[in-house]
Amino acid sequence: MSDIHSQRDLAYVRTEEAPAMPAPLTVSGPIGWMRENLFPTPINSLMSLIFGALLLYVIWITLEWSVFNAVWSGEDRSACIGDGAHGACWAMARAKFGQWMYGFYPFTERWRVDVVGIVGVLALVPMMMPSLPYKRINGIFLLGIYPILTLILLTGGNFDISFLPTITVNIDTGESSLNWSVWMVAFAFVLAIVVPILFLGFVAKIISPIISAIASAAIAGGVALLLIIMSIDFGLPYVETSKWGGLLLTLVVAVTGIVASLPIGVLLALGRRSNMPVVKLFSVAFIELWRGVPLITVLFMASVVLPLFLPPGTSFDKLLRALIGVALFSSAYMAEVVRGGLQAIPKGQTEAAQALGLTYWQNMGLITLPQALKLVIPGIVNSFIGLFKDTVLVGIIGLYDLLLIVQAANTDQKWVAPQTHSTGFFFAAAVFWIFCFGMSRYSMFMERQLDTGHKN
Amino acid sequence: MKRTLLSLALGTAVSLAGITAASAGTLDDVKSKGFIQCGVSQGLIGFSNPDDKNNWTGLDVDFCRAVAGAVFGDGQKVKFTPLSAKERFTALQSGEIDILSRNTTWTMGRDTSLGLVFAGVTYYDGQGFLVKKSLGVDSALKLDGASVCTQTGTTTELNLADYFRANNMKYEVVAFEKADEVIAAYDSGRCDVFTTDQSGLYAERLKLKNPDENVVLPEIISKEPLGPVVRQGDDAWFNVVKWTYFALLNAEEAGVTTANVDDMVANSTDPGIRRLLGVEGDFGKAIGLENNWAANAVKAVGNYGEMFDRNVGPETNLKISRGVNALWSKGGIQYAPPVR
Repeated sequence: MSDIHSQRDLAYVRTEEAPAMPAPLTVSGPIGWMRENLFPTPINSLMSLIFGALLLYVIWITLEWSVFNAVWSGEDRSACIGDGAHGACWAMARAKFGQWMYGFYPFTERWRVDVVGIVGVLALVPMMMPSLPYKRINGIFLLGIYPILTLILLTGGNFDISFLPTITVNIDTGESSLNWSVWMVAFAFVLAIVVPILFLGFVAKIISPIISAIASAAIAGGVALLLIIMSIDFGLPYVETSKWGGLLLTLVVAVTGIVASLPIGVLLALGRRSNMPVVKLFSVAFIELWRGVPLITVLFMASVVLPLFLPPGTSFDKLLRALIGVALFSSAYMAEVVRGGLQAIPKGQTEAAQALGLTYWQNMGLITLPQALKLVIPGIVNSFIGLFKDTVLVGIIGLYDLLLIVQAANTDQKWVAPQTHSTGFFFAAAVFWIFCFGMSRYSMFMERQLDTGHKN
Repeated sequence: MKRTLLSLALGTAVSLAGITAASAGTLDDVKSKGFIQCGVSQGLIGFSNPDDKNNWTGLDVDFCRAVAGAVFGDGQKVKFTPLSAKERFTALQSGEIDILSRNTTWTMGRDTSLGLVFAGVTYYDGQGFLVKKSLGVDSALKLDGASVCTQTGTTTELNLADYFRANNMKYEVVAFEKADEVIAAYDSGRCDVFTTDQSGLYAERLKLKNPDENVVLPEIISKEPLGPVVRQGDDAWFNVVKWTYFALLNAEEAGVTTANVDDMVANSTDPGIRRLLGVEGDFGKAIGLENNWAANAVKAVGNYGEMFDRNVGPETNLKISRGVNALWSKGGIQYAPPVR
């Protein structure tokens, strides 16, 4: 105590710290940053200059082509030929913009696509922000109600669901054939899901009988409700899927593939690591089959070979065929990504869960999967981005996705010009980049959100 | 009208009409479903392409409209299925489409081994040459010593070799992998001549910086007859498609156009025209249509000449001259048997 007092009394001792001097300009601020990172040694300086010049040059020619020399307005190709042939033909992009977004969707019905898009964004954005509430309700809406809303709005709803099967007799040959009603197919579908659940509950007693009964009733009721909703006439004109196109089609294919592939992929990954031989064999066979064929082959099979097996006069929606193919294909890839995450979780975690008396599903749902999925976020998003870009392959089976409809401008007499092709591709590339970059940034955000400090 | 959910969701629903008609032939099938399903190209300038307003346009497209006109009296009762080159024949074989009108070359192999038949030649195409006007050449026979841009691995290259050797001319090939590279090379002056199918030359010319400074030479050195295709063994439908094509040619020959067809029906005294337009005889009934089928086809798209001029002719950006596609009476080879 006395020491402190005596020090304070001494006149030459500073009682407070002197204010820090600003760092010299040569090591702080932009100049300092540049000295440290761009020009630390002569060789680095030289490389910085060369690559800096290259970068500026690329930026300059891109801007020159896409902005300064571009043609912004015009009624037809005459605006973009001759002197106008040196830059992008945005006049064409303006005339074609609606088609690039909606495909051949009728002009008067495009508001339906807009509604689907706006509702989707309004629901998805709060879902993606961790700080906002009502996640559970929002999730139910996005995964349960929104797909039905989308299906009804985009197609028009008002499907025919008759209870009784129809029997048709061929007048010429006298052969009769049975057409299954929607209800019979739905019944078979429900049966195929409900019977195993009831079996697990009441016979094998792996899950509680009450839960299995409730789940079965919910599935049967849900399917019946879905059918009834689908049959309501909302007065919307029918828009067949062959009229969908452009960004709309690209998003329909990509979103369906993304939403379907994650749950199916997780189940397949669990199946592949299961101890039950049948489940394991099925999962391995499924994954290896779908991963073993190129997507282009899957689409060709669906579009070219499948119709030959179906009875003549049968229509099987082309878009639906592509959607199923894309979803199953990406599920196989997703399964392997998720399996990688599952393998990274130490066995001790599972053993600890078992010691606590948790069931398999409790262990998976509460302990293993949350950690595993968090680990493989980069891999999952990698698959999503790959899938998003792979959607352009549906063009080869005659579906007008964004890339194909952009190319169609180049075969339109009214607009074909030297820069039509490149302008369309530039536009498509920009759209794809925005979506893929968005997904990439959001995945990095999620990684930071879920980071628990275990990363090395 | 309610739609079947199954046809969308599961694809097993078949309507009564559908199943009955499927075995009774395409014509009855088409009549009962109320429209023609027409397979077209995904995009080919002047032949089939969607325009800004989502309408399909082009010569191949208009031919399907003409058939719809002949069958239904309404050229709009047709739905278009854009097909890639690889899936076009399967789409027809499987019954997904009723006509394939997709710039398909009529060859013996395709006509005999695919279970399909060609119903006519709506456009006689063939390999030609595009040169700069500044070269001062007006015939392919004056191309001795020229450098020629072409695509690798196509029959174009072989035809080119044959033609120059047969005419004792020297040439130098500048070949590229992709069609876009070929036209870019030609535009930048890497070669004097660009060769591919003539309709393709006219289309590619539109992508040049100064289209008007280039000219397509009159010679055609290969045969590429393009026409509509239907399934083999379905003669009623084959007749409808074939005679719709002949009707369009006969209408042009007789001077029947969209503008004067109603007047012709009412006032023409020419027996040939009266038979064609169904005023005399029962020729429509003989192919399972109304007697005014040909008049309806002309009302839908005009006669062959009108169809040609509207889609690819000199007034369009393509500026293709009739050439061999002119009527036989005007120096071309388009010829139709008479209606009698």
